[in-house]
Amino acid sequence: MSDFQALSEAVHKGDIKTAVAETQVAMDANANIQDILDNGLIATMDEVGDRFSKGIIFVPQMLRSAKTMQECMKLITPFFQKDGVTSKGKVLIGTVKGDLHDIGKNLVSMMMEGAGFTITDLGVDVPPEKFVQKVQEIEPDIVAMSALLSTTMPSMPLTIEALRSAGVRDKVKIMIGGAPVTDKYAQEIKADAYASDAGSAVSRAKTLMGIS
Amino acid sequence: MIIVGEKINTSRKSIREAVERQDADFIIKVAQEQAEAGANYIDVNAGTFVEQETERLCWLVETIQGALDLSLCLDSPDPNALSEAMKIHKGEPMINSISMETDRLGPLLPVVSSSPCQIIALCMGQAAMPTTVEDRVEVGSELINTLTSQGIPIENIHVDPLIQPISVDTNMGLAALGAIQKIMSGFPGVNTICGLSNISFGLPERHLINRNFLALAMSYGLSGAIMDPTDKRIMSTLLSTDMLLGRDEYCEKFIDGYQDGRVVG
Repeated sequence: MSDFQALSEAVHKGDIKTAVAETQVAMDANANIQDILDNGLIATMDEVGDRFSKGIIFVPQMLRSAKTMQECMKLITPFFQKDGVTSKGKVLIGTVKGDLHDIGKNLVSMMMEGAGFTITDLGVDVPPEKFVQKVQEIEPDIVAMSALLSTTMPSMPLTIEALRSAGVRDKVKIMIGGAPVTDKYAQEIKADAYASDAGSAVSRAKTLMGIS
Repeated sequence: MIIVGEKINTSRKSIREAVERQDADFIIKVAQEQAEAGANYIDVNAGTFVEQETERLCWLVETIQGALDLSLCLDSPDPNALSEAMKIHKGEPMINSISMETDRLGPLLPVVSSSPCQIIALCMGQAAMPTTVEDRVEVGSELINTLTSQGIPIENIHVDPLIQPISVDTNMGLAALGAIQKIMSGFPGVNTICGLSNISFGLPERHLINRNFLALAMSYGLSGAIMDPTDKRIMSTLLSTDMLLGRDEYCEKFIDGYQDGRVVG
């Protein structure tokens, strides 16, 4: 395993220039791509998520680190196939039908990506049939739904019901979140997990995938 | 400034529990405290009850108005909950809120134009959240024109520019402030109102940010706020800002506030 201390520090700081340069240095030194990803980028973003959940760092800092990681990813992604890099899992995410709020959903997307998941983001106001269609198409491991209004929360059980009718409910794990959503609600509608913020969304997703 | 007291919201644990056990005394006390601290309207929100929202919202209206002579701000994204609560509200309520979203505008328009009320018009478009000043002014103008064409007096409209977190995009403060200024100058007689806590999402020392945002928004023309009037520090910011903007003759309200202990440094 290589030493990615400088890369890690740059991602923590959100210093894109240094982080990208350090990624290049690692690649030039023939470091294994999976190693750069897992022990350089993902390990750092795990720490970032953890520090965010604990209230040590704040949203702008987390966003900056995530953005930095995305820039580094651009360098290594083209080699994923050749080097046999594996994803932690596929996540399909969207804000449910009738709801236009995207801030929380975007934060979760970014942190999930930072944790090594492959994200497909359906955007906002996503009807149940669109979730179903995309689940059938890309066969994700996790479906993540966001709702910020009491009036749009019922779109969550409707989406779960649509997945059930299509015969794909048991092929995915379902996680939900958003300001009015609670753990109790997740249990009521038989979702598999509830997450209260972007940091905990990552740890819940890992638990669902049996990695931690 | 029109002050809407925000504390009776079932997303707060103490309120949710009080509503669950039908503790009228507790709810009345929270309403009374806010009115005494200067609230013009008492916001009531039972959104967390989802299917039972309408029933719980109506219980809040009956409970508070059964004991106190106060106007309420009926707070729900659900047109049905709002119209049911309006039916039992005594006097002129404030409606929080109407927006350009088709599911909300269609069912609410006949309700809000059939009996006198104050209306919060949220700058939420049909397809996306607004980001720029222009987005907000466009949706705000559309709402004002739609409401006034139904015969609603412009003075009864309170445009909410929709505050988004500065932590996610550092332009969000200016986007809201610019919209307040343009809406107030473009539509004489209209009001603007907003909640203060969204601006500070994701940041430390949120109360400090909220207070400074209130002062800035007031200087751009904001005429109302949805806030906690029992928080002495934010009320002190409000009173001192009103005075600094030349709206407090002989600095009377500020000095009165100081003398009876409401203004703190």
